[in-house]
Amino acid sequence: MSGRTISEKIFSKAIGGVAKAGEFAFANVDRAMINDITGLLAIESFRQIVSDCGNGVWDPKKIAIIFDHQAPANSLEAANNHALLRRFAKEQGIVNYDVGDGVCHQVMPEKGHVIPGELIVGADSHTCAYGALGTFATGVGSTDMASVFATGKLWFKIPGTIRFDISGKLQDRICSKDLILRLIGDVGASGAVYQACEYVGPTMRDMGISDRMTVCNMAIEMGATTGIVEPDAKTEAYVRERIPGFILKEPLRSDEDATYELREYDVSDLGPQVACPHGVDNVKSVRDVEGIKVDQVFIGSCTNGRFEDMRIAANILGDRSIAEGTRLLIIPASREEYVKTLKAGYVERFIDAGAIVEAPCCGPCMGGLFGILGDGERCLSTSNRNFRGRMGSANAEIYLGSPATAIASAIKGRITDPRSV
Amino acid sequence: MKRGNVWKFGDDVDTDAIIPGRHLTINDPHELAKYAFEGIRPEFAQQVRSGDIIVAGRNFGCGSSREHAPLALKGAGISCIIAKSFARIFFRNAINIGLPVLECDEVDQIEAGDALKVDLEKSIIRNQTKDEKYSATPLPEFIRKIIEHGGLIGYTKKHIRKIT
Repeated sequence: MSGRTISEKIFSKAIGGVAKAGEFAFANVDRAMINDITGLLAIESFRQIVSDCGNGVWDPKKIAIIFDHQAPANSLEAANNHALLRRFAKEQGIVNYDVGDGVCHQVMPEKGHVIPGELIVGADSHTCAYGALGTFATGVGSTDMASVFATGKLWFKIPGTIRFDISGKLQDRICSKDLILRLIGDVGASGAVYQACEYVGPTMRDMGISDRMTVCNMAIEMGATTGIVEPDAKTEAYVRERIPGFILKEPLRSDEDATYELREYDVSDLGPQVACPHGVDNVKSVRDVEGIKVDQVFIGSCTNGRFEDMRIAANILGDRSIAEGTRLLIIPASREEYVKTLKAGYVERFIDAGAIVEAPCCGPCMGGLFGILGDGERCLSTSNRNFRGRMGSANAEIYLGSPATAIASAIKGRITDPRSV
Repeated sequence: MKRGNVWKFGDDVDTDAIIPGRHLTINDPHELAKYAFEGIRPEFAQQVRSGDIIVAGRNFGCGSSREHAPLALKGAGISCIIAKSFARIFFRNAINIGLPVLECDEVDQIEAGDALKVDLEKSIIRNQTKDEKYSATPLPEFIRKIIEHGGLIGYTKKHIRKIT
């Protein structure tokens, strides 16, 4: 038998057999998550499934319901959806992170719901972010989730693996976001469909958990089923802070003779990258688009809304102000990240500079809450998607970049290389 | 067997294009259908007819996990989606809600407005306008079983005792 990848190992455990890339199988799910836009449909479908065999979910302790996309409620419909989800959570004994607690993909790992080696599904495509902790985590639909709620199982096509072996030290003001944008630009929006993106090598080992989350979060933008990093001492420390006594029992990595596509990178010379309108794989060097005027800058989201991202922005900002005519929206991704940002004095610095600092939520990322773009407007965002119309007008433009590029662009009012400010 | 006229799209049609995020408080398929493709093809919602077929390039439905996307198309009366390839989550969502999806390499030969007859069982597409025949990739047996039950709800209901 040839060796197995991390993903095949996790799936083998989850199906109770030998999982091979390309095969279909039902697997036992360890945890499940819904948010406030995908939750309603999941509950409706769940009720249809269990209509004649009781009404309880398979295991309430393994499910989380998190409000973030329309939190706090911005319409009567959203308010009613929240109320219904709160009732369902209470009825079933499911933990409910309510408005203000944070973006689902930050809350899940932060509150100890993500454990290395487990299989997690979330009714949100960026669930793949949890791979930062060596978890196989993937986004699914609402009916998928209904089936999980009813049975604890779900069908999967076992993914193949693209192994990104990354070496070299990122230069000052070059971020993990620049790295992942470069990979997406190379692989393309559909280059990794039914693949797990496994990120290995010295650069990944040097990265903290926050940066690994950024890199794993955007695996879906290559079409991948998940992104995953080998768990190590940093992973163990992160999980132990949430789950006292947690120990990483055995190393989890792909066997030497496992089957995968290898892509090697040296990031020593990597410069700042941006994804240009209207595709995440339309990646260019900042140098090629420098000087383009921006109306709005957004620093936040599950991709780059952590304290570490806020620190990058605050350090570059210093005591300067943002450019006149540019709006800067900053949203820490969770209550925990918000408090850390506040205690470090960054919130005051941001507000003094002219920024708007909002409570944890998805904000303008998917155009359903606030910070909507009008016709002809342009935004530089640290979030993960720049599809036409995503943040409001179909005639607006979204550029995606790192927190360093974002703050530099806010200072100048134009897309700017963070090394030049 | 599905029969309908073609709406043609290119590569990488994303879920924000299919149904923008601001409409995701809506859960009813017919209500969602009113906003399908509103940013990129504003005439779609008004002009789509029950039975119409979407034909697209690579990676159809990329992006979000929102099931509102296939639901909006189902609510609009779309009877089948044919593409060179689909994004993973959109593909499973469509299968799960009983909206037929087929992969076919020859979609470039199909034009907007063509009348198609699609045999889902045999994975054969007949273009009645052009008098041409294309073959689609047969769906795996595993997925056919879900389709036979009208989607994942029916499948899980039937198998709930067996798989738990």
